[in-house]
Amino acid sequence: MKPASFDYLRPATVADALAALAAGGEDARVIAGGQSLMPMLNMRLVQPRLLIDLGRLEELRMLRAEDGWLTVGAAVTQAEVLARPTLAQEVPLLAAALPWVGHFQTRNRGTLCGSVAHADPSAETPLCLIATGGEVVLRNLRRRRTVAAADFFLGPLTTVKAVDEIVECVRFPLARPGSGHAFREQSMRHGDFAITACAATVDGQSASLAVGGVADRPALRSWPLVAGGLPPDLDEALNAFAWDLGGDDDQHATARYRRDLVRRIGRTVLEEALSCRR
Amino acid sequence: MPPLNSTSPLTAETRHAVSIVLNGTPRTGHAHPRLLLSDFLRHELGAHGTRVGCEHGVCGACTVRIDGVAARACLMLAVQADGRRIDTVEGLAQANEGRMTALQEAFRRHHALQCGFCTAGILMSLTDYLGRNPKPTEEELRDMLSGHLCRCTGYAGIVRAVMDVTGRTMKEAAHV
Repeated sequence: MKPASFDYLRPATVADALAALAAGGEDARVIAGGQSLMPMLNMRLVQPRLLIDLGRLEELRMLRAEDGWLTVGAAVTQAEVLARPTLAQEVPLLAAALPWVGHFQTRNRGTLCGSVAHADPSAETPLCLIATGGEVVLRNLRRRRTVAAADFFLGPLTTVKAVDEIVECVRFPLARPGSGHAFREQSMRHGDFAITACAATVDGQSASLAVGGVADRPALRSWPLVAGGLPPDLDEALNAFAWDLGGDDDQHATARYRRDLVRRIGRTVLEEALSCRR
Repeated sequence: MPPLNSTSPLTAETRHAVSIVLNGTPRTGHAHPRLLLSDFLRHELGAHGTRVGCEHGVCGACTVRIDGVAARACLMLAVQADGRRIDTVEGLAQANEGRMTALQEAFRRHHALQCGFCTAGILMSLTDYLGRNPKPTEEELRDMLSGHLCRCTGYAGIVRAVMDVTGRTMKEAAHV
């Protein structure tokens, strides 16, 4: 389990990285924390000609809350975001979900932007980005563009990011007063890939549920609150959502089990989010 | 030899100089870009304390501290480690006048290892983790240990050893 050969570039600036990426085309890959890409390199599932290391670029280390957004740069690790003292006030859903990302040892290197770019259908960070209505900032040599999380993910390991673009940062909207958030997932062991992960957000008007690990990308559905509470026909609504997600049987779980998890964990997190509104 | 931080890449076919501070001592070896840090430590620098298990980040056997932070040596390239401080299991006793640390002693006392293959990685995780969370609850500790596979102990001895060393005197725990 050793990677195939590649050239390695540690650029001095983001501009250098983007120039190398543009020149390398399909044969170039960027790496930051490497907690998803390195296993794929080791197993030779990917065999780039050129690896461009973003991990030490100071320009990509931004982590700040301003103008209603928490902005997380491409070189910021999951552990660094989790250690942010104000995270639970700023993006409480992220504070609840990040402890489920991998393990202590992988969160120390893994990045949020890397997880979003990797786009595993069961990953927690893309799910939180969808659930909160976040954005992905993409950059190539010529321009920067911002894509809503809802439009970013196309399928397993597939996104709208072009080969000459990097995920420069991801942006999570800061939680509004009066909103509530909850996260839960089911996996074989804590830290394993989620069989099903659920993230709920409830504000004054509506309740939203984002589900990962079932469809080929994270999916979001919202319902209006009824008399300040969850809709009386929530069980039917969750059942319809579970079927619409169209999960498949795989080595971890059956589609039927996944639908059941959506119905049960979905209700649990929605009730938790409703009750913890502040 | 181009400097590592450069506009021209390190070429795949060449072995490039990589300098790290290994357990406090500056060391230099040579690595192709594709060489993993775990293999660099073992085969190039002869630091065999770090074990190699699954080589895709799951088992935790190769966990070392990179600039103080516990991470998988199999999920990092040697060239990425250039200029960084790497601490491995060999450094624990070295920094403790050649004697085993309180944590290592507790591992022995509580039968927290049998074959020992996972132990180096667990010790390196714990030295980082206990620095940040010096008195973890058993639940927190087991959550952290979920990043390591141990097939001998059932983890019970490991948990007992850590609870012993953290509950007894924090002074000892501080330098483990």
